[in-house]
Amino acid sequence: MKFLVCISNVPDTTTKITFTPDNKAFNKAGVQFVINPWDEYALTRAIELKEAQGSGTVTVLNVGEADTEPNIRKALAIGADDAIRINAHPKDAFFVAKQIASVAKEGGYDVILMGKESIDYNGFQVHGMVGELLGIPTVAPAMKLDMSGNTATLEREIEGGKEIVEVNAPFVASCQQPMCEPRIPNMRGIMTARTKPLKVVEPTADAPRTEVDTFALPPAKQGVKLIAAENAGELIKLLRNEAKVI
Amino acid sequence: MSVLVVVECDGGEVKKSSLEVASYGSQVAQMLGTTATAIAVGEATEANLAKLGEQGIAKVLYDAEPRLKDFVNGAYTKLIATAAQKEDSKLIVLANSNIGAAVGSRLSIRLEASLATNVVALPKTDGGFSVKRGVFSGKAFADVELAGERKIIAVKKNSIEALHEEGKTAQVESFSAQLTDADFADAPKEVVMQDQAGGVLLPEADLVVSGGRGMKGPENWNLIEDLAKALGAATACSKPVSDVDWRPHHEHVGQTGITVSPNLYIACGISGAIQHLAGVNSSKVIVVINKDPEAPFFKAADYGIVGDVFDVLPKLTQAVKELN
Ligand SMILES: Cc1cc2nc3c(=O)[nH]c(=O)nc-3n(C[C@H](O)[C@H](O)[C@H](O)COP(=O)(O)OP(=O)(O)OC[C@H]3O[C@@H](n4cnc5c(N)ncnc54)[C@H](O)[C@@H]3O)c2cc1C
Ligand SMILES: Cc1cc2nc3c(=O)[nH]c(=O)nc-3n(C[C@H](O)[C@H](O)[C@H](O)COP(=O)(O)OP(=O)(O)OC[C@H]3O[C@@H](n4cnc5c(N)ncnc54)[C@H](O)[C@@H]3O)c2cc1C
Repeated sequence: MKFLVCISNVPDTTTKITFTPDNKAFNKAGVQFVINPWDEYALTRAIELKEAQGSGTVTVLNVGEADTEPNIRKALAIGADDAIRINAHPKDAFFVAKQIASVAKEGGYDVILMGKESIDYNGFQVHGMVGELLGIPTVAPAMKLDMSGNTATLEREIEGGKEIVEVNAPFVASCQQPMCEPRIPNMRGIMTARTKPLKVVEPTADAPRTEVDTFALPPAKQGVKLIAAENAGELIKLLRNEAKVI
Repeated sequence: MSVLVVVECDGGEVKKSSLEVASYGSQVAQMLGTTATAIAVGEATEANLAKLGEQGIAKVLYDAEPRLKDFVNGAYTKLIATAAQKEDSKLIVLANSNIGAAVGSRLSIRLEASLATNVVALPKTDGGFSVKRGVFSGKAFADVELAGERKIIAVKKNSIEALHEEGKTAQVESFSAQLTDADFADAPKEVVMQDQAGGVLLPEADLVVSGGRGMKGPENWNLIEDLAKALGAATACSKPVSDVDWRPHHEHVGQTGITVSPNLYIACGISGAIQHLAGVNSSKVIVVINKDPEAPFFKAADYGIVGDVFDVLPKLTQAVKELN
């Protein structure tokens, strides 16, 4: 089977978020970028399924400028066979989805895997858009994915439970734990990744539909009010009478 | 043209998050000089749908097709798209839930609409149309301009106060999107609901009691559950706790788990790592109980107790019982 795994390039989860002085852009200075943590589940599961099937390919795809290539190489080191970078600043979810759909159409992939959401813009959008653009189902967010022939069985998380869903390829799924244990690159992987093909493709002419005007940080907390452990019951009174939340 | 609001129902009742969505939709409708129509999905009763008048909804469309009781992406998308066409709606408002966001992204393609998810405030309509949405996993906000004639907004839970105009009712109309078997092709084979402690669903909860590694082991979770039960709260946990199976995965909150925004979040024996905070920092009030006064969580807290959870939790449970 042909797997396509879409990865976004995001600030490391420990990043302290700051913006440029005009609040128009994210301040990238000194920030470490990583593969979106949820996309690591998609990547590892695709590799596992390919291994179980004994044949097939895993292609990673990123919509981004040249500075995302270290993380694309990392995905190759983890075990993807080849990579495609669509050479564009990922302007919004719609723009990204159009790029992914155009590559997917051409490549004839059976299974398109993504992460649950990108931890920078938290859209939870790209997978649904790509499914609709290609006219195929999207299962999001998926906690489990097994394949038998052309049929996939997935567990989809819903508020308070899960659904068992069966779909036939081609389909899109967005992945989250506990789907698998994300792999990390080993030495041999890092060596072979250097020579694996990474194709750079120019974007389609689609315009984004949304644009960030300004960014803002949440208001700072007023400071914590401490209650002595001996008087723990006092806290409950404050929650009722002062904070009025219980 | 009216604003179309998607309300999710469960077991006959409108979900609390959808009451917020309905209130959001009716307020935007007023700003735009029009009315708000709701399309109901899931299992609903006519009486409960009529009560959406209290949230400012004028009319509710309801398709009684029994297969719509559980979420089916294809069918829900078609149902809502058909309702949007019937109502000539240029704006659709839904919940930022696993249902709302999944349907919203498909609808945005089908209806050629711009889409903003995770929205936390009413739009600004002076000159353009922009909404404030959460970005960087709760660490920041962005004002986003939505282009084009049609727009879809997914509203984050607990960011909008639900309206309650006593006694107002909405007109409930039956509606059919002429769904066929093909629209139900991606229907779930099976739906499995988890046992929630005290019956409160974490993503919908107003009050949450959460435990971390400081709880020492699953055998001590009765302390968390007792307090949660006394308060009528849901229970949650940090990632390492669900990683070692002390608690089920669906209770794990944070950057790589679920995001909650309750009125009250009580963190017991949780250090307050940045990835944990990302999932909880939009809670209205945060209480931290930790024996280490240097625990980073205190910096994000409104109230704190420096103490041992095994000593403090029973006292809190007792105090809640005395209060009630
Ligand atoms: C410096 C910088 C600035 C940016 N500014 C903006 C901005 O102002 N507004 C904005 O909307 N976006 C911006 N982006 C792009 C953002 O990183 C996303 O790629 C894109 O917007 C989709 O985000 P989302 O949250 O909607 O994705 P989601 O729908 O949450 O993503 C779901 C899944 O889609 C896939 N995916 C998402 N993005 C990509 C991608 N680029 N390549 C391949 N697969 C992908 C992943 O598998 C991901 O897990 C910026 C990126 C960078 C690096
Ligand atoms: C990519 C990535 C994603 C992550 N995503 C998440 C996420 O989504 N959610 C998440 O929670 N974590 C996440 N983490 C992990 C995170 O970094 C922390 O390791 C984790 O949150 C710590 O959990 P904890 O607070 O329960 O445990 P610890 O950090 O071990 O803290 C335990 C706390 O309990 C206190 N304590 C101990 N005994 C007592 C007692 N008797 N009474 C009172 N207090 C006591 C201690 O003082 C300490 O502060 C992620 C990490 C990475 C790298």
